[in-house]
Amino acid sequence: MPEITFVLNGTPVRLDVENPTVTLLDWLREDRGLTATKEGCNEGDCGACTVMVTDEDGAKALNACILFLPQLHGKAVRTVEGISAPDGALHPVQEAMVTHHGSQCGFCTPGFVASMAVGHANGRTDHDDVMAGNLCRCTGYAPIVRAAEAVEGAAVPDWVQDTPPSVEAVGDEACFVPETADALASWYEDNPDGTLIAGATDVGLWVTKALRDLEPVAFLHRCRDLQGIEERGDTLHVGAAVTMAAFHDAIRDLLPSYAELVRRYGSEQVRQAATIGGNNANGSPIGDNPPALIALGATLHLRKGERRREMPIEDFFLDYGKQDRAPGEFVEAISLPAESPALRCYKLSKRFDQDISAVCGCFNVSVNDGIVESARIAFGGMAGIPKRATSTEDALIGKAWAEDNVSAAMEAMRDDFAPLSDMRASAAYRMETAQNMLLRYFHDLAGHPVDVLKVAS
Amino acid sequence: MSVARPLPHDAAPLHVTGAARYVDDIPTPKGTLCLAFGTSEIARGQIRSMELDAVRAAPGVVLVLTEEDLERPADVSPSLHDEPLLTSSAVNYVGQAIFLVAATSHLAARKAVRRAKIEYAAEEPILTIDSALAANSRFEDGPRIYEKGNAEEAIAGAERVVSGVFEIGGQEHFYLEGQAALALPQEGGDMLVHSSSQHPTEIQHKVADALGRPMNAVRVEVRRMGGGFGGKESQGNALAVACALVADKTGRAAKMRYDRDDDMIITGKRHDFRIEYKAGVDGDGRIRGLSFLQLCRCGWSQDLSLPVADRAMLHGDNAYHLEHVRIESHRLKTNTQSATAFRGFGGPQGMVGVERVLDHIAHELGLEPLAVRRRNYYADATEDEAPAQTTPYHMVVEDFVLNEMTDRLAETADYAARRAAIAEWNAANPILKRGIALTPVKFGISFTLTHLNQAGALVHVYQDGSIHMNHGGTEMGQGLFQKVAQVAADRFGVGIDRVKITATDTAKVPNTSATAASSGSDLNGMAVKAACDTIRDRLAQFVAEQHQADVGSVRFADGLVHVGGAEIPFNDVVNDAYMNRISLSATGFYKTPKIVWDRIRGTGRPFFYFAYGAAVTEVVIDTLTGENRILRADILHDCGASLNPAIDIGQIEGGYVQGAGWLTTEELVWDDAGRLRTHAPSTYKIPACSDRPDVFKVALWDGANREDTIYRSKAVGEPPLMLGISALMALSDACAATGPNYPDLYAPATAEAVLAAVHRARGT
Repeated sequence: MPEITFVLNGTPVRLDVENPTVTLLDWLREDRGLTATKEGCNEGDCGACTVMVTDEDGAKALNACILFLPQLHGKAVRTVEGISAPDGALHPVQEAMVTHHGSQCGFCTPGFVASMAVGHANGRTDHDDVMAGNLCRCTGYAPIVRAAEAVEGAAVPDWVQDTPPSVEAVGDEACFVPETADALASWYEDNPDGTLIAGATDVGLWVTKALRDLEPVAFLHRCRDLQGIEERGDTLHVGAAVTMAAFHDAIRDLLPSYAELVRRYGSEQVRQAATIGGNNANGSPIGDNPPALIALGATLHLRKGERRREMPIEDFFLDYGKQDRAPGEFVEAISLPAESPALRCYKLSKRFDQDISAVCGCFNVSVNDGIVESARIAFGGMAGIPKRATSTEDALIGKAWAEDNVSAAMEAMRDDFAPLSDMRASAAYRMETAQNMLLRYFHDLAGHPVDVLKVAS
Repeated sequence: MSVARPLPHDAAPLHVTGAARYVDDIPTPKGTLCLAFGTSEIARGQIRSMELDAVRAAPGVVLVLTEEDLERPADVSPSLHDEPLLTSSAVNYVGQAIFLVAATSHLAARKAVRRAKIEYAAEEPILTIDSALAANSRFEDGPRIYEKGNAEEAIAGAERVVSGVFEIGGQEHFYLEGQAALALPQEGGDMLVHSSSQHPTEIQHKVADALGRPMNAVRVEVRRMGGGFGGKESQGNALAVACALVADKTGRAAKMRYDRDDDMIITGKRHDFRIEYKAGVDGDGRIRGLSFLQLCRCGWSQDLSLPVADRAMLHGDNAYHLEHVRIESHRLKTNTQSATAFRGFGGPQGMVGVERVLDHIAHELGLEPLAVRRRNYYADATEDEAPAQTTPYHMVVEDFVLNEMTDRLAETADYAARRAAIAEWNAANPILKRGIALTPVKFGISFTLTHLNQAGALVHVYQDGSIHMNHGGTEMGQGLFQKVAQVAADRFGVGIDRVKITATDTAKVPNTSATAASSGSDLNGMAVKAACDTIRDRLAQFVAEQHQADVGSVRFADGLVHVGGAEIPFNDVVNDAYMNRISLSATGFYKTPKIVWDRIRGTGRPFFYFAYGAAVTEVVIDTLTGENRILRADILHDCGASLNPAIDIGQIEGGYVQGAGWLTTEELVWDDAGRLRTHAPSTYKIPACSDRPDVFKVALWDGANREDTIYRSKAVGEPPLMLGISALMALSDACAATGPNYPDLYAPATAEAVLAAVHRARGT
């Protein structure tokens, strides 16, 4: 098994990985006796285990409960024990949390402090987004936000400024940490039953909740050549291991509605780990990227060994749990239009932040001289796969872009989908809101207020 | 003066550095075992066979226990003795514990559990209120009925009748720290238990009972919980008893914590209710007669359901004076988690029931809702006139202040102008609609089980002048320890840093009540005050004699003892007293006065006093999807003379958001087989950071408690949760802006529920 190298609270650690799916959280608490980092949910949804992880791109907040030790190879980790100075002096966010009464029971507090320290280090002032992945049941958040606001602009203490260690390639057949996509391709071809782990925001739960053993495994975070975002003419070429956070930054100005969807995708901790490749490759019917990418007409790039192929992304999703991906084949990249002014993405969930969509509807209709020329409409949560609403599209194309035609197309949507009822929504509600999203889209393009998040208090 | 200062939580520096220790953080001895329960996969039936050999053979497993392996029955119920720790026969809900695994790690125990093969003879489960009613599946022989006047006649004779049915969902506590316990075997069969519990004495009692030993053989310590909210009043019993049994059997320390999904599947939640109502009203909205049918889903065991359902009845009036009222309450037994205590303890359900009635009446009559509410309020208490208005349970309301509070809040929140502006905005916006509502809170303070209203304390002053404070209350984040420490510091006239706050410990203060019913500061503050005063009086006596001064003239302030013109440092007085063989340790005891209650007849004075509050919430909804959010909340809340305004405001902000969460995004979903489908934060959505109101203004009402409570303060733990009712009523208001009909909005008002209400309002 490989020996990995990382920095923990300023001290280098070299560790023989005996089990590649031991989580950082369990290791901290059970092996290191560092109990400041808490387990709240063990699935990355509460943020009590948030730690600060620094890599070449800077400081990130990550959930330690679904972060496997090999993912730390070449990174620096700082837990709350190390967010205070070695001499015990408090970090400005810790100080502010005390004076602004930001802790009550205190159990979520270390996680909040870690998220806030990362946000502070990165000069963030969008506190609701920075802390969307941290749940607090006591305070109602108001005093925590006051604390975060109070330290905006305060100097970043030197003791939290970590440098990731330079490391060598490590790994073996059972636990592989490749440095390049080529090395990954070759390993995966040889180990087609292996599990690829990028951010582990999904795979992590196979271990912490399904209690599965996953070996052999390959960790993708060292493959820098899978993490690039390039503008090639009017196309964005996005490496599969680009995190949702990096992707969000890249599309913020180019595709603002998609960016707003990604802002609500998971949480800061999840977006810093999750990758766009993983969110598509897992084939989930409720992933938020596929509907947007389908509406954009994106292309998926697959690779097996040295062989590459590409396909329109909607063709990748064959059936529930089944994708057009051969054993040993992996998603290498996704390309999408760099701009698409008519694209609108609507995410419907019980809670606005960090919630899985009940329905995710993405609309991209081009209208010329008042007539619909083309339409790409796709939904998550409406079928066993992310799926285009072809009957709806057909009902629109060639017709005037007018409310009565939109109403007719809404009726046609019943031919596209037969959604299920589950704990997130009933089938009838899914159908009705999917239909209504088309009406919303009509009003949205017309400039009418349709978004409760944009209503000022 | 340490009382009334906005000091930070005593443990805040420990919280922010991660140094605050919770049960799972306590360093454990070598060989500590980790436990997990194997639980029922069906909601109702009999166990036919258990195949556990594979569990025993799993890596790391040291011990597997079933009910048959126990030498004596182990029960974990807080009330009726109807909750066996493990069952080998009848199973009553999905999640009921069947066997117990002890292994070398938490993960090993969890993995081993899944190797079990259990066969059941399944029976048709009773899951819903309707099926429980049909099967007459209930606790107590029949319904409880509280009555005043003649509701039926009054309704029949009224100008208008408004009636409806209101479904109210339950609520998962979602304390961030899951249930946890650690048992450390001691010599001679004694047991030390660390438990994340609001009720150490109950843990002690249940552990002693399961071990077959007297209570003096068991010591329970609770330093803090990572949130409780009622969910750790009784639900920690099973873990503590399991740990103690394993520790006793093996001689090794035993620790248990529930994985979050297990926690949500196994433990009880807030009771869900259906409330049917019928109100007879005048043309101006004044209620002439009102009847409620409260149907309460209690789950499989009795737990605390009777007092919860009682408290729902006791808050069926909220702020409204009802001359003729009848409240009938059914406590239904179902094959689901045993619903348990949750902040408000039934009060919120009763209160939201009557607020719904007021909302409905205003809509039916086309009247301004706040005006209708005000018309039905109790009268404010005045100095010169003895109050005469009584609650439905015949208690005189002596301290009502909501008329004045409501006027103040309506003014500071600019309620009337905003209501008009919203109507204008709604007329211009076809898709989005806003709504606003002001709702009051009147919450009764005291345990309704009268004997629980007692507390003890133990205070030592050491010869160096440092103070060690202990009481029976537990710290779950509410700031109880700090408030009580402020009391202790004040009694001795020293700085708060002189007072050491120590873990709740059944060996220091015995026979305690749960830290519940908002009673923590009221009870323990008074008990600590009594203990401090005992020591202080001894010191005063001592220095008075030394200085030939009148004992009544001795004062303790600013770290000094003032006696006969002299000022002596507190430390010196203490040291002197020690040298002169004065006892510097004392216990304190307190019992709440004036309360008397007959819960069967529904008469008496169950509450020492009421805590009051009012909130204005403004919301916006999307009529295409039902998505909604809170834009602004303005709150005025009555903490009496606050012991610590910062901590009290923290309780109010947090309570409001938790209450709003209960009534909006927090939806518990069971499937037809009785399996909870929302058993993790991925599917059960408590409010996140951005769900708090954009504008969030909280002010404290500046009145003192009329009753002689600790420094004339008022309890604050539970009441603010019910300020969140204003969010539901604001959503109802927004839905009502879409059409002519009453929207009949259920709780929780998820986006789906709001869209359904929009349809009802429009008649589509």
